[in-house]
Amino acid sequence: MSQALIAALIDAAAATIVANAEELTALDQAIGDGDHGINLKRGFEAVAAERDAFAAADVGDAFAKAGMKLVSTVGGASGPLYGSLLMGIGKALKGGAGLEAAVADGIALVKKRGKSDTGAKTMLDVLVPVLTVLEQTAGAAPAERVAALRQAADEAREATKPMLATRGRASFLGERSIGHYDPGATSTRLLVHAACDVWEAQA
Amino acid sequence: MSEVVGIVVVSHSPLVAQGTADMVRQMVGDEVPVAFTGGDPAGGLGTSPDAIKTAIETVLGAKGVAVMVDLGGAEMNAEMAIEMLEDDAASRVRICNAPLVEGAVIAATEASGGASLEDVCATAEELSP
Repeated sequence: MSQALIAALIDAAAATIVANAEELTALDQAIGDGDHGINLKRGFEAVAAERDAFAAADVGDAFAKAGMKLVSTVGGASGPLYGSLLMGIGKALKGGAGLEAAVADGIALVKKRGKSDTGAKTMLDVLVPVLTVLEQTAGAAPAERVAALRQAADEAREATKPMLATRGRASFLGERSIGHYDPGATSTRLLVHAACDVWEAQA
Repeated sequence: MSEVVGIVVVSHSPLVAQGTADMVRQMVGDEVPVAFTGGDPAGGLGTSPDAIKTAIETVLGAKGVAVMVDLGGAEMNAEMAIEMLEDDAASRVRICNAPLVEGAVIAATEASGGASLEDVCATAEELSP
């Protein structure tokens, strides 16, 4: 993975979070504590501010450093969660893992950090189906993989709407959490799209 | 090194964190070291692993530290903070699953009698439904 690719990933991730921060916050005001967009915006802007330094690092280090930066700047639960995802991916890449195995390691850390799994109306409800598609399409052409990943992220995010939240602040609402998109699943979908856009442009 | 368990109060709100620490000091006294932290790195509502780590370090003695947290993100950020400590220090820090204000006061009361970290947390956790 080249420096230019890492820089492009950081730019795309930060751009989509900044552009959609208000929508994320609005979703979070409905079923959470109303800070998801503003928190992630602060975190990804902090990562973007050090883009060149991160991009100059080894790819595994770049992911790990970006994750640490999110942990120390986001302020809410999404900091440790997205931070763990990136740190898990970074550590695995440093250890020589491929993309699919690295993403799997990152998701395992999110599950551990959040003491959660799929079905609880969280970011994991997008991450896990996306990983499944990533694994299933290994070996396929990049254009095909990107299309399948986008579709998986869209459908998985859509599927969080009727879910009952059992983890995170939304779980306090019980059945009133039903009928709203999960903010974490929504931000994860945005980030998957951003990564796909970069992948497609580079392919 | 302090001879009693220290207490760290972590809230999304700096005002709640400070107010809880004030209540502990007034109700239990100054013999129990209490540190508090609240607010995200930009000054809004939230919690910061770096600030929690610093708070732990200011009251960490031989008998350890009980960390009291309010809501989800505070707990996760406290876990991150503990993982950032050296192993030896981290082994003497526990997050108590108890209501923030009542838990902090009860934990400090238990700590002031010289109780172990396990007993301090167990007593505070009796408050949880």
